[in-house]
Amino acid sequence: MLFYALKRLIYVLPVAFGVSVVCFLLVHITPGDPLTAVLPVDASAELQAQMRAIYGFDKPLPVQYVIWLGKVLTGDLGTSIATGRAVLTEVSRAVGNTLILSAVATIIGFFLGCLFGFVAGYYRDSAMDRLASTLSVLGVSVPHYWLGMVMVIIFSVQLNWLPATGAGPGGSAEWAWDWDHIRHLILPAVTMSVIPMGVIARTVRALVAEILSQDFILALAAKGLTDRGIFIHVVKNAAPTALAVMGLQLGYLLGGSILIETVFSWPGTGFLLNAAIFQRDLPLLQGTILVLAMFFVLLNLLVDVMQTALDPRIQRG
Amino acid sequence: MTGTAAPIIDIRDLTVTFIGGRKPVHAVNGVTLAIQPAEVLALLGESGSGKSVTLRSLLGLHPPGRTSIGGSIQVAGKDVMALSGRALADFRGKTVSMIFQEPLLALDPVYTVGAQIAETIQRHEAVSRVKARARALALLQKVRIPSPERRLDAFPHEMSGGMRQRAMIALALACNPQILLADEPTTALDATVQIQILLLLRELQRELGLTVILVTHDIGVAVEVADRVAVMYAGRIVETGPVREIIRNPRHPYTQGLLASRAHGAMTGSRLDAIPGSPPDLADLPPGCSFAPRCKHAKATCVETAPEIRSVTADHWMRCMLDAEAAE
Repeated sequence: MLFYALKRLIYVLPVAFGVSVVCFLLVHITPGDPLTAVLPVDASAELQAQMRAIYGFDKPLPVQYVIWLGKVLTGDLGTSIATGRAVLTEVSRAVGNTLILSAVATIIGFFLGCLFGFVAGYYRDSAMDRLASTLSVLGVSVPHYWLGMVMVIIFSVQLNWLPATGAGPGGSAEWAWDWDHIRHLILPAVTMSVIPMGVIARTVRALVAEILSQDFILALAAKGLTDRGIFIHVVKNAAPTALAVMGLQLGYLLGGSILIETVFSWPGTGFLLNAAIFQRDLPLLQGTILVLAMFFVLLNLLVDVMQTALDPRIQRG
Repeated sequence: MTGTAAPIIDIRDLTVTFIGGRKPVHAVNGVTLAIQPAEVLALLGESGSGKSVTLRSLLGLHPPGRTSIGGSIQVAGKDVMALSGRALADFRGKTVSMIFQEPLLALDPVYTVGAQIAETIQRHEAVSRVKARARALALLQKVRIPSPERRLDAFPHEMSGGMRQRAMIALALACNPQILLADEPTTALDATVQIQILLLLRELQRELGLTVILVTHDIGVAVEVADRVAVMYAGRIVETGPVREIIRNPRHPYTQGLLASRAHGAMTGSRLDAIPGSPPDLADLPPGCSFAPRCKHAKATCVETAPEIRSVTADHWMRCMLDAEAAE
């Protein structure tokens, strides 16, 4: 088990290398020089060359990459052009906020998804199944930014129960686990949870139906297990796949929450990416994407290792 | 073997109809069977003859919403059809247990073999985890699995087919049941492994005094382990008697056809004598004898009226009217 985890960890290295190359090249593929955004339009060629030398853009690409990678490995992601603050500071604060939002959304989605999935799978083709299946299809098909706006209209504008934007009182971007902050979390987290809820519900429904149709369920009944005893076996058989889907969903939410974070002005990575793109803040963009991509790689690793621990058939496969 | 003692299994006029589909499917149509303690009965028949359905009825394993069951089943003094919920679960695995055709599918893939056996023991008896595990090990030794200590923590997919079936038998015997139901226990195995499993079953049956119902489509298997054979066709028992008697003196045309279609004993180069046609549609059974459309001796009366059960000798019974006419 430990050996497998280590082996799997080594497989991460080439992927991480690929990710870093793509992130680095991003700046150089995009049209326009990163400096054009900060320099005045009428800057002299001399000044431009001087600035290029300062930022290291005058050296050949492979050299620039090695220098950049060296800095990244020591935790230096560069300086944001727009704010002048270290990219690492900006990104890590945003990552923290996004992590809170995504994790809470995934947990809500996982519990509701499993609930709907098990009900639908156990009572196939009943009214309960149709209700649960409809909810899960709605969950994956309704555009979540639209749902977010509807939630804001109902709960913030009409009922005035919950704040519509920000992560804390007075637009603070520092998170704390108190009611003033949690109030801000509810609407975006619930809106975001609809996606994993739908995906997990549909996966679990199919899983449960498939497991229940297998011979060993009959054999478990034949050896005297009660419905509750059999349910535990069903859960244990469904868990590896359900958890894998949950992990992947968390990964998607970590990187793909630009729309929801923008709707709710949640100061996370999506919001940061959005700002970086519109301000042409390339170091910030580069750093954010790199951190998000690495997150995804590590999350996949975690899911893989967890699945192996839960399902004995995978390791040998 | 058919003594005068009270039967441990007493099935009277059992009918099982599946009502989920478009047309009701009459899988079992009036099975009456009495089995004595420590008797081994082989339920012989082709696919769809209702043998497995009869077997599952003994454990009340048919989903209640989609099946309608008639008749009565008494097992070890209990009325199985009256049992439900907790009482039925207590009965399953404790009084009667079952082994299945394909052990790889019948064992839970994500639990170790030892855990599955221990779970059964702890379900029916108040014993500690450690003690249940020790008993699981003893059971694996009893079914002669090589290096049983290691197999205790093995998953089903890590074992061979024969070993898995041994583990399945150990699981079935975990709570010392009186009755063992075996649903085609050797069909999924290699020929060499088949005979080992059959010998093991026979040996355990003698040692533990088990009553066994063995479902099979293979006459060879029936001869190997059974005392008595009941031949099923279209949800009815068409002939029953001691295994030697049935082999030597089959009276029902279907049993005769089955015996004639065996490769065993046939001349090399000669064509095997197959029964023409195919079994009837269980959703649309003929009014008379269900074998009549395939029977080479069939007469007009066979198609019109269903034959009654008749005695050939004291313990040899069958359901055909032709033989009566021929004999008289």
